[in-house]
Amino acid sequence: MKTKKTYERPLIKSLNSGLMNKFGKRTEWTPLTEIDGVKVVDLLNEYGSPLFVYSEKKIRENYQHAKRVFETRYPKVQFAWSYKTCYLNAVCDVYHQEGSWAEVVSRFEYEKALKNGVPGDKIIFNGPDKTDDDLMLAIKNNSPIHIDHLDELYRLHELASGLTKKPKVAIRVNMDTGIYPMWDRFGFNYENGQAWDAINKIITLNKLDLVGLHTHIGTFMLTPSAYAVAASKMADLAINIKKKYKKSISYIDMGGGFASKNTLKGSYYMGSDTVPDIEEYAEAITSTLINAGFDKDEMPYLYLETGRALVDDAGFLMGTVIANKRLSDGRRATILDFGVNVMFTSFWYDHKISPVEELGYHTEDTTLYGPMCMNIDVVRENISMPPLSPGNHVVAHFVGAYNVTQSMQFISLRPAIVMIDLHGKPHLIKTKETLEGIQRDELVPQHLKTFKL
Amino acid sequence: MKLKKDLAISDSGFLFNPSSGDSFSLNPIGVEIFKLLQKGESDDAIITLLLNDYAVDKNTIDKDLNDFKIMLTNHKLINA
Ligand SMILES: Cc1ncc(COP(=O)(O)O)c(C=O)c1O
Repeated sequence: MKTKKTYERPLIKSLNSGLMNKFGKRTEWTPLTEIDGVKVVDLLNEYGSPLFVYSEKKIRENYQHAKRVFETRYPKVQFAWSYKTCYLNAVCDVYHQEGSWAEVVSRFEYEKALKNGVPGDKIIFNGPDKTDDDLMLAIKNNSPIHIDHLDELYRLHELASGLTKKPKVAIRVNMDTGIYPMWDRFGFNYENGQAWDAINKIITLNKLDLVGLHTHIGTFMLTPSAYAVAASKMADLAINIKKKYKKSISYIDMGGGFASKNTLKGSYYMGSDTVPDIEEYAEAITSTLINAGFDKDEMPYLYLETGRALVDDAGFLMGTVIANKRLSDGRRATILDFGVNVMFTSFWYDHKISPVEELGYHTEDTTLYGPMCMNIDVVRENISMPPLSPGNHVVAHFVGAYNVTQSMQFISLRPAIVMIDLHGKPHLIKTKETLEGIQRDELVPQHLKTFKL
Repeated sequence: MKLKKDLAISDSGFLFNPSSGDSFSLNPIGVEIFKLLQKGESDDAIITLLLNDYAVDKNTIDKDLNDFKIMLTNHKLINA
């Protein structure tokens, strides 16, 4: 019997739309067969499809690189892992092993950090929603509390009046850095004097220990110079505190917001070509602080709460093609077994998606849909792909930040999550959700438990 | 269903429609099917030929051939 040729779906593609078109670049079609030496297909066979995969190697490389970049430019640097970006315990633990503290914005995240073994004084407590009970816990643990609004400032004063020890606090400052939209929802404004007013209150009332100043100017910031503006305003506050009260601020926390190498929706250029390198953010911040006029022995610590830039490219989401369709206007549609329910950032980014199998170099333009019965479930609106058939696999890149924490349990069970260690060994770090697990917290009143149909 | 008469296709998969000026790129199996359609082969004959040569099942070819013909229509390569 003669051996038969490998089959590929017949394709015809119009060449009129020009060579560089909105469907992306040739590099996108290169198959991704392995992650850290582990075959994608083996991972899917072992742990099921879809599947999140984190690379421990990439996480550590990113962290060590960022640390080196800042520490070669500034003497005192401390990173605090932004829990909301990805609070899978295994991922947090890698950052903690590397020396990162924790930055949390809720009681839930706070307790997660404590349970992970982070000492209380190394958990930075941000966010607008802290109850008295939360604040007391943070005070007891000596955690730096970042005050978001005046109501919180007054609550803290009341709570502190019954204590012998002064709670450690910082204020969150918002400001005009030339970036639109301005994040003025959080903290006290610099330009209108609110921030300075809060500082005066704290120092004069003398119930709280003002140890730091905090800002977070936005997320996915593409303009490093905005950080120079922010750092100079923070330094100005610190230096004026020193002048007026003879008090040194021990740290300036510049928050997060450095962009990852993702491609923002609607932008013509690929993120990997246009997003600033971490060196550029570091240069903007550190040269501003170094030249701000602090005494050499009183340089404040620089805290950083970098999230997405440290983890986005360490996370992958792999899945399987369910079906192909032709839409009424002739466009092709490909349906995958993962959608916006687990890939929330599809609303933000044109994620890079690679085929896994070698499918030839002819491509067709298609829309990638998720499996949900909803119009909004679009993974990529326009992408050039080799002819995918049901059963083929794809991998979405740069999904390490915010997707796991913001994923929805909607219509189907959320996938398992695996981390590949430094020796190329996969570890299950979260099992696939189960019906029992999801229903564990549900209660059905007795009178609804029986029915006849 | 009949392909327009004056369409020119190269072995490398470049297709030109002189009456509209449109050009297209086809993958090898697309070229093969296109040429069979030009010769006036029936769907059944095309499916049998492909089944003989390729590692594929009948349902898949049937579905893909259908889809391919929809695309030819969309690209105005079929006589109305
Ligand atoms: C206070 C604070 N710090 C850090 C981060 C992390 O931001 P990113 O992931 O953009 O670095 C955020 C996220 O919005 C935040 O609100």
